[in-house]
This record gives sequence, structure tokens and C-alpha cells, in this order.
Amino acid sequence: MYIYDDFDRTLVDERVREFRDQVARRLSGELTEEEFKPLRLMNGVYLQLHAYMLRIAIPYGTLSSDQLRMLAHVARRYDRNYGHFTTRQNIQFNWIKLEELPDATADLARVGLHGMQTSGNCVRNITTDQWAGVAPDEIEDPRIWAELLRQHLTLHPEFSFLPRKFKIALTASAHDRAAVKIHDIGLRMHRNGAGEAGFEVMVGGGLGRTPFLGKTIKPFLPKRDLLSYVEAIMRTYNQYGRRDNIYKARIKILVHELGAERFAREVEEEWRSIKDGALALDPAVVDDIAARFRYPDYEALADDPPELAQARADNRFRVWLDNSVSNHKLPGYAIVTLSLKPEGAPPGDATAQQMDAIADVAERYSFGEIRVGHEQNLALPHVAQRDLPALWRALDEIGVATPNVNLISDIIACPGLDYCSLANARSIPVAEEITRRFKDLDLARNLGRLHINISGCINACGHHHIGHIGILGVEKNGEEYYQVTIGGRADEGAELGKILGPAVPYGEIADVVEDIAAAYLELRERPDEIFIDTVARVGVDPFKERVYAAR
Amino acid sequence: MRLVKAGRVIEDRFVRVLDDAPVPDGVAVVVPATRLIADARDLVLRQAPTGVIWPNDRKIAELAPYLDWIALVALVFPNFRDGRAYSQARLLRERHQFHGELRATGQVLRDQLLFLQRAGFDAFEVTKDADAAAFAEAVHRYSVFYQPTGDGRASTLTARRARGASPAVQSQREYVA
Repeated sequence: MYIYDDFDRTLVDERVREFRDQVARRLSGELTEEEFKPLRLMNGVYLQLHAYMLRIAIPYGTLSSDQLRMLAHVARRYDRNYGHFTTRQNIQFNWIKLEELPDATADLARVGLHGMQTSGNCVRNITTDQWAGVAPDEIEDPRIWAELLRQHLTLHPEFSFLPRKFKIALTASAHDRAAVKIHDIGLRMHRNGAGEAGFEVMVGGGLGRTPFLGKTIKPFLPKRDLLSYVEAIMRTYNQYGRRDNIYKARIKILVHELGAERFAREVEEEWRSIKDGALALDPAVVDDIAARFRYPDYEALADDPPELAQARADNRFRVWLDNSVSNHKLPGYAIVTLSLKPEGAPPGDATAQQMDAIADVAERYSFGEIRVGHEQNLALPHVAQRDLPALWRALDEIGVATPNVNLISDIIACPGLDYCSLANARSIPVAEEITRRFKDLDLARNLGRLHINISGCINACGHHHIGHIGILGVEKNGEEYYQVTIGGRADEGAELGKILGPAVPYGEIADVVEDIAAAYLELRERPDEIFIDTVARVGVDPFKERVYAAR
Repeated sequence: MRLVKAGRVIEDRFVRVLDDAPVPDGVAVVVPATRLIADARDLVLRQAPTGVIWPNDRKIAELAPYLDWIALVALVFPNFRDGRAYSQARLLRERHQFHGELRATGQVLRDQLLFLQRAGFDAFEVTKDADAAAFAEAVHRYSVFYQPTGDGRASTLTARRARGASPAVQSQREYVA
């Protein structure tokens, strides 16, 4: 956990007071809706189809049990008893009343939570690996750097009115769980030839209507220069990013229009002027931030304790163990993923009761810590392996032990036309139907790792471009249609998916997914060739033939 | 519109002169960027102060050669969502060491004032009278600043270092939910 100091707490409290004043001025008519809009957006408040939506940041995906209980309280007190975890380590409440927003944010501030910069044309919540600090393959804990960036870019006076929203993600592992290549700035920690850890800096990644993968503009940036280099990127973008057309305002368009090399030169020139100034990171400051991340008092344990071996006799437990439990950096411990993708339910939703129960379970079995990943699932990062059987029973009881993590029914989806005023088509019912079609776990396990991403419109909040199977809602003559891509991926081998063929109507989209799955089972060379590798080997055509032969 | 400087609403002593109008003697004037560059040789000889309105899509480096005799730079917010002039302001203050009046003009609303001040502005053509009246409140909403911007306010980056508080001491004051 990152423990707030008095500076951090004071700032959040001051933000709550400011927002209360802004809401009061809006309610009194002193502020027009046009003037209020950017202010509410920078506090995470959207106006959706039916109501205001409040988006709360979960910085680098780390929550304490107390914080999760407060989210449950907000769901219960101000919303309709549930919250929705998003693809960017946020949680959204969909039914908040404007008059009650200041009280909700004040309640959240009591546990250090806030909606600052979760929306609007500013730097959004900085995301990272949900396994940060416990992943066996990481160089160091990336949250320290995410927190330094979070602080530096919170209420930054120069960068609060950017051309467009701005998203930063970091990874410090060989396997990228933070999808850094689809971010405005992606940072990958690695070691240079001298063994020193630093950052590969990628810019201009992003999805939406013009998808791009990030381009590397700095192969190795020393740690001391992280803030100054990011500042140079931001300053270049703030001055030269397009403001004439909202669809061309993201940094990816600037990088594309200038070319990555010229953009890199502009940044480099700016950076040279500031790199040795106030932003050069003093190791003492970094140490101070690092010291505020508390690690549990782990016990010295051995892998595979007898409790675990015994419990394996239960087939349901074994299936869950194989699917949802991952290696921890320490022996005797495990990382447990909690699936928020039960059959026939909206992906990423949790009820207040579930949140409270998960907070309790985390306190008992995970040192009071919970993680939120971009796949819209939760994780318990510090579970002693001997506790896994008891934990499983507790999770199963509250419906978050569906053993479908990373399988075809572990779908990422945006809220779609059920909530969002931008959407062309529904996402949630499509996801729900697919989970019903693949509710047979043996079938899902046989299909292996397969990510489906669904977006209800071209803005791509469901990241359809990087789904192994991507589904994009479009509108044709007033009807909901869906365009399908395959072969996308978000990890270290990031690729944008390729279009399979003409869009299909709502009633057929789940059939198409079944056809793709059936085609894959026939096309794969061996059972452990996962879907994405088969697509890479055989291309789109064999899938296209299968899907469109009968249509 | 009200001009606010040093926390008070004041009369504007600068007169705006357009591109082709004659520049009056003995009066402080503000001229457009194109006029400044075209007539710099004459303007530099004036006894009364000269200022410039610099558009937000023109590089601030082009203004650098004139800064030692310019009394005022007005930077423009065509609407309050267009934040280019924040970068221009910081460059003027922090890179080019401009010490004259730096004025925010265009759509300038209450909730921008602290950001503007932190970026280096010291004069504000505030669009609404009520916002001008609320100036003091608006720029004192926050007491904590995470990032150094050259405005003289201590940032947490340096404050934490100065205080040298050890995490052990800090932990006594952690929040309790």
C-alpha cells in the first residue's frame, strides 16, 4: 500500500472543498453547464444517458480493505448498490445525483480516494501492473514511479487544459500486464548494458477511431530524468497538439503527423533545457516515496503446503487453482485473481455486498490489500498458499470464483448503449450472451487463453482493437451491428486486430464468436498453440471463410 | 471584465492599439505581435511602456529578442479550455526570465486563476465580475503543490526533502478510515 502523508491528505481535502463550491455554483446557475463541464470532468463526473456517473481513481490498482469498504458504502448510499471496475484501474458509479456528489467525494476522501483527473483533457489515472510488488518477473516495484508521476501530474498548472485526454501506463515486468503500448505514454522498465534500471519511453499509442501502437522515442531513460522527460513530452504536446478537431487532438496524431523521429527531436530539445533543473529526481525523494509503500510482514513459508495438496482432491477447487492462482515472488504465497465475469452478468461489476465481503476476505487472507487490473477483475496479492482452500470457499460463496480468468468468457467490455450517450450499440448484453454460450468450463478451458474485448462505439473504451477477438458496435440504418477483428493483443507483443469481414447484426454476433472458436479448434496445430498464435500462423482468411461461408 | 493585479481590481493603464492605428505618445500601449515585430525599431524608442498581445499558436522564442524592453506580455485564452498559454507563460518566466507584467486575457474564469498564477501570470483580465471579486479565495484554495513551477511556492518534492521526516515519524499521522 502507498500510505498518504499529510501533504497528500490535505490536497485531497482541499479538492473536495473546491468541488463542493463548484457544484454549488452550478446549482445556483452561477456557472453555465459549458463552464461546469470541464470542472466536473476533472473530478470524474460525466453526464451519461440517464444520470451523472462518478469515476474514482484507484492509483496503480492498489486498494486497502478500508478503501474497498468505502466504495461499497458509496455504492449503497449514493448509487444503486453496485460499482463497475473499468479497464483503467478506476471504478464507476452510474447513478449519482449532482447534489450528492460533494458528500460522496468527501466520504471517499476520508480513505484517500478521489476522482481527480479521472476524466477531462488532463493526465488521467496512471496505471500499472496489478501484480506490481509481487510479480516474480519484475525488475522493481513500478508503483513507486507511478506514484511519483501521479503526484507530479496532479493539478499540474501547465497541463490541466491539454488538447485531449492523456493516459500513462508503466510496466516493470517482462510480461506486460499494463498494456503500455496503447497509452499516450508507455513506460517499460528494463536494464541497460551497465545493469542500471531505467525506462523505455513510448509515445502515441492509443485506440479510438485511429488506433496506433506507441513508438519508442527513448530506448533508455535514467530514473532521475523521469519527471523532466515526461514534462518535456507534455509541454511539446500542450503547445503543438491539434485543437481544431477533437478526433485529431490526441498525441498519437501529433506523433503520426510529425513522425516519431521529429517528435522525439522536439522533446529532446525541450528536455535539454529542463533536465538538470528542479525536476531532476533526488534519490532521497524517491526513497521517501518508496518508503511509503508498505509491504506485508510475510512469513517464511514453503511452496505446496499439505493443506493445498489435500484440497486438490476436490475437482472444483483444482480447476479454480489452475485457473485463477498465480505465482508470487515469495515461496509459500500466491496471487489470486477474483473473476468479476460470472455467467450472464455485466463484466467488471461488483455489488456493495461483494465489495464488503472481499474487503473482509482480503483482511483475513491478503494483509488487507486488493488489486484492480485492466481486465476488470480484482486480485488478492499476498495469499499464503495454505489459506487457498478456505479462501476459495469464501470467494465461491460470493460469486467471484468463476474459474474463467483469461478464458473466452473473461470478457472486457465498455458500458455501451445501456449507459453511455456516445455508444452506437450495446456491449453488456453481447458479453452476457457470450458467457452463456461458453458456460461449459471444459469447452472454455479447451479453448485456452482467449481475450474478447467489446466496445459499443469507435471510441474503443472496451479496447476492441487489442482483443484476441475484438467486437465493435456500429450502427447501420438504425440497427445495432458488430464488426469483428481477430489477432489483436495488448501485451509486450502488442498488435492491432485485423477485420474479419462485414459487420453482423446483434442477433448473430454470439454465433460468430462460436464459429471463430470452432475454427480455431480445427486450425490449431496442438492443444497448447493458443488462439492468438494460431491467428498469427494461419492469418485471418481461414477464420473469415468459416464465419462467412454460411452467411 | 475586470483587471486584477496583486489581488486587487485596478484600472488598466494600457491602451490597446490595433495593427494600423497610430501609437499615441506618453501612454502605455499594447500592440499585436505582428505590429511589435514590424515596428520594433520605433517602439523600442518610446518613453512610455509598450506591451504585446502574443497569440497562443506562435512560438514564445520569437518574442525573446524583445523582452528586455517590453513592459507587458498578454497571453491569450481564446476559450478557457485552450491551455497553450500556460506553457508559454512558464517559458517566458522560467526560461526567458521575463520579469514584466504577464497578463492573462481572453476567457479567464475563477477556476483557472490559481493555475494561471502558478504558471507565472501576475495580471488577470477576469471575464466575470463575481470571479474577480472572488480572486483571493480562488488563489488560496490549495496549500499543497506537488510540482515546482518557478512561481516561488514550495512543492512537495522539495518540502519533503527539507522536512526530512522519516517514514517512521510519518506513520503516526496516517489516516485511519
